Amino acid sequence: MSTVTTSPGAPTTPRRDKAQLGLAALLAVVGAYTFYDATTLRVGFGDPVGPRLFPYVIGAGTFLLAVLLVVATLRGDVPEAEAGEDIDLSQPADWRTVLTLVGVLAFTVLTVSFLGWAVSGAILFAGSAWALGSRTVVRDVLVGAVLSVTSWYFFHEVLGVALSPGILDGVL
Amino acid sequence: MESLSLLLDGFASVLTPMNLLYAAIGVLLGTFVGVLPGIGPAMAVALLLPVTYGLDPVAAFIMFAGIYYGGMYGGSTTAILLNTPGESASVMTALEGNLMARRGRAAQALATAAVGSFIAGTIGTMLVVFFAPALASVAVEIGAPSYFALMVLAMVMVTSVLGHSWLRGFIALFLGLTIGLVGLDLNTGQQRLSFDQPLLADRIDIVVVAVGIFALGEALWVAAHLRRAPLHVVPVGRPWMSGGDVRRSWGPWLRGTAYGFPFGAIPAGGAEIPTFLSYLTEKKLAARKGQDEFGKGAIEGVAGPEAANNASAAGTFVPLLALGLPVTATSAVMLAALQGYGIEPGPSLMTDQPELVWALLASLLIGNALLLVLNLPLAPLWAKLLRIPRPQLYAGILFFAALGAYAANMQAFDLFLLLLLGLLGLLMRRFGLPVLPLILGVILGPLMEFRLREAMAISGGEVSGLWSEPLAIVVYVIVALAVVAPLVLRAVRPAPAAVAAELEHEHEHEHSADKEEVER
Repeated sequence: MSTVTTSPGAPTTPRRDKAQLGLAALLAVVGAYTFYDATTLRVGFGDPVGPRLFPYVIGAGTFLLAVLLVVATLRGDVPEAEAGEDIDLSQPADWRTVLTLVGVLAFTVLTVSFLGWAVSGAILFAGSAWALGSRTVVRDVLVGAVLSVTSWYFFHEVLGVALSPGILDGVL
Repeated sequence: MESLSLLLDGFASVLTPMNLLYAAIGVLLGTFVGVLPGIGPAMAVALLLPVTYGLDPVAAFIMFAGIYYGGMYGGSTTAILLNTPGESASVMTALEGNLMARRGRAAQALATAAVGSFIAGTIGTMLVVFFAPALASVAVEIGAPSYFALMVLAMVMVTSVLGHSWLRGFIALFLGLTIGLVGLDLNTGQQRLSFDQPLLADRIDIVVVAVGIFALGEALWVAAHLRRAPLHVVPVGRPWMSGGDVRRSWGPWLRGTAYGFPFGAIPAGGAEIPTFLSYLTEKKLAARKGQDEFGKGAIEGVAGPEAANNASAAGTFVPLLALGLPVTATSAVMLAALQGYGIEPGPSLMTDQPELVWALLASLLIGNALLLVLNLPLAPLWAKLLRIPRPQLYAGILFFAALGAYAANMQAFDLFLLLLLGLLGLLMRRFGLPVLPLILGVILGPLMEFRLREAMAISGGEVSGLWSEPLAIVVYVIVALAVVAPLVLRAVRPAPAAVAAELEHEHEHEHSADKEEVER
């Protein structure tokens, strides 16, 4: 089994990380679907391995790892969450900020073709900064606009790559 | 000496004023992004890859070489000034480096890191110049079965030997392998795991995977745990080294290089082990000389591991160029970049496109030299970047991540994939899953399947064809040893990571003791 038991200095009260069972469930679904998807493939000629072997092995392996993770979780295996420069693990996770950020990104995905990179990129920057706690909205919008318009021109003029102009087509 | 004259030809094709300008821009951009907290070299390279699109291969190389070295140096700057290594390779640098910084010797720590990186990078790249062609000429003889075995070795080493927990390593690896399956099957042209989505048939762009997992995943994870209290940044003067500093540094620089290169060059490398060995060696040697400053900010403890780190990074070019095998996250992104420039790394590369290889190696040497020239005077400026307010910093990272993913193919769908992969990256950080095995799985999975099918087609479907070559058997024996040896070693003595954590702990204790004294 896994050798990690607990990280030094981490809060030691919850001995089991139940959320890991969710991860295991996700792995089980991914593994099972990969396996099922492989059964729908036709086997080619003159190819002793065929297109199915790899997905079979990978799907089965992922499923097996899901089972092992359940066992490890129930035996008290706790993950070592990644530390970093701006990360304060002593605070509980702030999922609201994460959800807002995901919302801002989803908005960019949906609008980039229509609004164009110059507009969508600026909204992405200002929206993310706001989600992360910045309240200097005007400055953020300005910085975002400068960044997105500059990058549009940089890609267009220097690199010869035309990012989507969107509603500003003809203006830029 | 044939290699040398070919390298000189490489210099001739690279050294134009325009290319030097590209190299300088590359170094500045690379350092700029690498210094930003939370961004390691692999992420810096992945984020800046789109900037080199649209340039011709040689100009792209030289800019890319600058970005690469800049990103690496930026990583050690953050480690020294903030005591928060962005990746495992700079853990050892952070130990003594930050102590030096707190004693007011930040400039000297940065200088010895820069010069050490330069020396190690130059010696390392020269060794690549001599080793890679030799290895490539041997590698031409290597058949599909041995290739398959080598890839198994790389995966096993990275997944189980270098990580903390083999279960989590394998979970990450298999997630990567699953992502690698998406798209058209090579032989039969059928779609796998594509949900009848034509945009997925083309396989997922590795740049989107790398940026999603590294940059977006990191930004989302930081958003969940943003440190509200400001970090303490040590002010930096102009870096210079006294004669004494140089005298104490050159030994560690060379010894670190000697440790680093071999570990990078074998397809099981990484910089963790050589930086750790270098740190221990310098500590022992200093104690023997009776001038042991370790634990108080010893310059040897920065010079050695930093050189080892860079030499190991140079060493990874040997398997990358000669075998097409990436063994670190950075070299995995590099492989994707080279493929983007129309280069297919592998044994035939040296014979098919020698001029590009020599241009690349010459670019690396130039990028390395420019780094030293530009970054020694600019160090105080880079240190200021650490003060960018966090909301704007991470908003900027998200902006550039989206730009990179979007510019690759101009598809909003790629941004959607980026978001999904970013959420996966967030999950991985929450559950302590290592990132490197996933990236390797994405890149090596399809290569492995290709080699397996080739090997089996040659042997006519006989499984024994997989160990029909002596090299394959040797590699499988190494794989077996690599799995068994750590179990034995761990029983005898603690793993490097554990020792590092312990050292860190000791330091913290000493610090709190110091502070108490001061307060009294």
